[in-house]
Amino acid sequence: MAMEAAEIERLIKEALPDSSVAITDLRGDGDHYACHVVSAAFRGKTRIQQHQIVYEALGGRMGGELHALALQTTPLEEEN
Amino acid sequence: MDEQTKSNIEAEIASQDIVLFMKGTPVFPQCGFSSVVVGVLSHLGVQFKGVNVLEDDALREGIKEFTNWPTIPQLYIKGEFVGGCDIIREMYESGELMELFNSRGINVNPQPLQG
Repeated sequence: MAMEAAEIERLIKEALPDSSVAITDLRGDGDHYACHVVSAAFRGKTRIQQHQIVYEALGGRMGGELHALALQTTPLEEEN
Repeated sequence: MDEQTKSNIEAEIASQDIVLFMKGTPVFPQCGFSSVVVGVLSHLGVQFKGVNVLEDDALREGIKEFTNWPTIPQLYIKGEFVGGCDIIREMYESGELMELFNSRGINVNPQPLQG
């Protein structure tokens, strides 16, 4: 089973409306993605917590429908 | 998960300073992501134990529930979950992983890069 990049992006944006999401299909098979998410929701959280927020946004699909997601998360910088 | 699996997991995590729940073994990893973490740990020259989740379905599902993390590999350092492949790789590249080992009193013995 695989997921569409657009679906992954939609789910993340639903959970994190302010986020910017960049997704790459690493093998062109719809099953191995790299994803970089930037969001203010990540501020002050550990990497583990940040990644868990994204996994939760994907609603349990991670490890099931979605086999591999290389994840990078960045807290959105505060504006001065 | 059943009590036996939970105690097994707790025992593994307590058995050594660095425990990696992975697919395959450190000598024969069976997954690219597990392989990356093994590579990082070997390059830093730290002592670690690989627990092969492919040998035990209950363990494979149990560790995901235990850690509240959906994927393998999972690296535990002195009983604390530190991350999967992406996080470990990021921390290694930034120098944070080496710092973490140093601050926890874990022996580090960086190997020269091959080739």
